[in-house]
Amino acid sequence: MYNMGMNLDIVQETGASSRQLAYAVFNSNALDDQKANFSAVTQTIPKNIWVDNLKRIQTDQDQQAFAELFGYFAPRVKAFLMKSGASPGMAEDCTQEVMATLWHKAHLFDPSRASVSTWIFTIARNKNIDALRKQRRPEPEELTWGPEAEPEASDVLVMQQESDQLSQAMKALPGQQRELIEKAYFGDLSHGQIAAETGLPLGTIKSRLRLALSKLRQTMK
Amino acid sequence: MNTMNKITHHLSDQLLLGYAAGSLPEAFNLVVATHLSMCDECRAAAQSFDSIGGALLQAQPTENLGNAALAKTMALIAKGPKATVSKPVGSDVPDPLSAYIGGGLSDVKWRPIGLGVRQAVLKTSHVATARLLYIPSGAAVPDHGHRGTELTLVLQGAFRDETARFAAGDVEVADEDLHHKPVAEIGHDCICLAATDAPLRFSAWIPRVAQSVFRL
Repeated sequence: MYNMGMNLDIVQETGASSRQLAYAVFNSNALDDQKANFSAVTQTIPKNIWVDNLKRIQTDQDQQAFAELFGYFAPRVKAFLMKSGASPGMAEDCTQEVMATLWHKAHLFDPSRASVSTWIFTIARNKNIDALRKQRRPEPEELTWGPEAEPEASDVLVMQQESDQLSQAMKALPGQQRELIEKAYFGDLSHGQIAAETGLPLGTIKSRLRLALSKLRQTMK
Repeated sequence: MNTMNKITHHLSDQLLLGYAAGSLPEAFNLVVATHLSMCDECRAAAQSFDSIGGALLQAQPTENLGNAALAKTMALIAKGPKATVSKPVGSDVPDPLSAYIGGGLSDVKWRPIGLGVRQAVLKTSHVATARLLYIPSGAAVPDHGHRGTELTLVLQGAFRDETARFAAGDVEVADEDLHHKPVAEIGHDCICLAATDAPLRFSAWIPRVAQSVFRL
């Protein structure tokens, strides 16, 4: 059922122009170009420094490690919140709360299931729903490694690599296509306007995550 | 909570993306989060949509923070984490739903809506409505159509409608075009979590009266 195809298809309920745009993207030769781009970027060596920083916060409450993470991510979180509709002042306050949550929840971060940026995105998104949209955000039951078990280093490495490849693939997307994804994630499209296909190669990361969940379920039995 | 039977009806990618992007109404988020708690297939898909968010965040142009931002954050950290709601113990529904019921299925305050069918509306934002439905074995939810989208997640038992059979963990995504009459299978009462973003449209006159009275 998961068609993680290469075409982007954001269908607006009204307005034929965007539908025509979606078909134009679908029918163009962009597909082949993207595949070429994607295989080219798989060569890059990922940086796992942020995972190490989080580990240092987890185990040693390392403030220096936190300051480094803060320096890189806080300005991005603030930009994300402002694009999602927060005023500069509110975005500033929410960013501080997001980064404080990161510290308090550092023990829940699982590097075999997410990159640090993905994990911070989920905290910022939830903060946004809570503070701007004034809604509760139901989250699925937490699945965490027990005190005895933790993810294997090889699984962590592969997940971090695949997240890095996804970032590279995002940069390689044609501008219009990337803009539509940004609109979906920055709240400029209602749920009725968002269609599922992003043009990004999600299939590999999804099967990797499926595998990670199976391993986790095994240890939880 | 991981159901034993095989889940065959999953969430659409559109809903999973909407959940990751944070653009769904609260009632839909509740159905999605409850299904993800029961279905690792969709949980993996949802997390892969989260990673798009992560990639976008990383690619963001930066927005400067005030000079004292780090110090203020360290002060927030020193205050300790915000009190979190204590985890419900031994509930027969997944955690996200349990938080809305305030316990398990035995704590639900059901109201009859006719023909033996009972419901309980859960408190969410008003953009969409979430409700629990109790359909006795063999009984039918009145024939209805939708103006928007209706999500129906089976928690216990099973139902059939004109399209397929839905058992525990399965979710039916019905759009405006589907006019259906879900019937609970003989043998077990069927309990579902449903969300709608527009009022349902019943075909018969009596349920329309019930609709205005019971906020269907």
